[in-house]
Amino acid sequence: MSNAMQTTQQNSSQTGTGATLGSDQDAFFKDISDELADKGVVISSLDKLANWARTGSLWPMTFGLACCGVEMIHAYMARYDLDRFGSMPRASPRQSDVMIVAGTLTNKMAPALRKLYDQMAEPRYVISMGSCANGGGYYHYSYSVVRGCDRIVPVDIYIPGCPPTAEALVYGLLQLQKKIRRTGTIAR
Amino acid sequence: MTDSKAILREQEQGLRDLADHLAAGLGADLLDAKIALGELTIRVPAERIVKVLSFLRDDGNCQFAELIDITGLDWPERAKRFDVVYHLLSLKLNQRVRIKVETDEETPVPSAISVYSAANWFERETWDMYGVMFSGHPDLRRILSDYGFEGHPLRKDFPLTGYIEVRYDESQKRVVYEPVQLQQEFRRFDFMSPWEGAKYVLPGDEKAEGQK
Repeated sequence: MSNAMQTTQQNSSQTGTGATLGSDQDAFFKDISDELADKGVVISSLDKLANWARTGSLWPMTFGLACCGVEMIHAYMARYDLDRFGSMPRASPRQSDVMIVAGTLTNKMAPALRKLYDQMAEPRYVISMGSCANGGGYYHYSYSVVRGCDRIVPVDIYIPGCPPTAEALVYGLLQLQKKIRRTGTIAR
Repeated sequence: MTDSKAILREQEQGLRDLADHLAAGLGADLLDAKIALGELTIRVPAERIVKVLSFLRDDGNCQFAELIDITGLDWPERAKRFDVVYHLLSLKLNQRVRIKVETDEETPVPSAISVYSAANWFERETWDMYGVMFSGHPDLRRILSDYGFEGHPLRKDFPLTGYIEVRYDESQKRVVYEPVQLQQEFRRFDFMSPWEGAKYVLPGDEKAEGQK
């Protein structure tokens, strides 16, 4: 450790220009991480660790409202197996990280959906699955259907389709993981 | 082929026998009996419906023990604008029958719960969707539509998009009801197939005509 520090100081005093300074720093940090790796330690920034934990266990709140719910079940079952990504369906909003709104959201269901969303712990995400949840879909002009679940809860990922295939849902979940990795912070 | 035709003839004969039997058993209560598309439809006076249903359930040659559905029909141009339709099934005799009665907004139809307890929710649904009233129903309230919903959605004079819509209000922290405001124009479908000679020019086709 002290050895590495010394060499860096020497290098910077010798050259002093900006272009080589960066490479000097890289060499310095590489020396440190090599030294730590020799001692059997892995280092990472804390927010990356938090994001890794979050993306690796996205527990969905099951909200199967219509035929999309069946495709959601397909995604959980053996063939597509969302458990591979650490996604296990929860029946309680207190235990879940992501709400998959799968199906037609009716006026009568809307207050219940919002209540369940409010009961979820932060950080929480919403996947809107299928045409009906995205914008009313087939029932857009109906007297009893909410024209898109984003009128009720903030949506992170929209999955198109009527209903979307199980693959589409898996892809949407992977996109949500990507979004969390890109934007996630430790702060709630 | 001939076998299936023979079976159909046999079924039709069974329905005619049933219609004759009902004419004899119900007498003046049977206003009309029609066989169309292999199904028997009878009309009875609304105030006699419990009597008729009891006969259909208990008579040895009917044995309609299952109530399949109760629903409504709306004919706005008629003085008695509603039909209430009962579908019955006899598993014993492998036969079905449809019973229609007429009513309007004010006149209640006697409830069929005393004959078929399954009628409870079906009558609630008919009340919810059409506003047909049933006398003697223990709990006649809405079953499908939203809490506090106004109007009867399956009436012909009810607009498709209704009167209210919901959204979450960030300042009030709750779901609020507002008068409906459509974000996009209502689409009209003509149901004409371009493969079967639609009577309009598809957008863009007029250019192709000009080239010739």
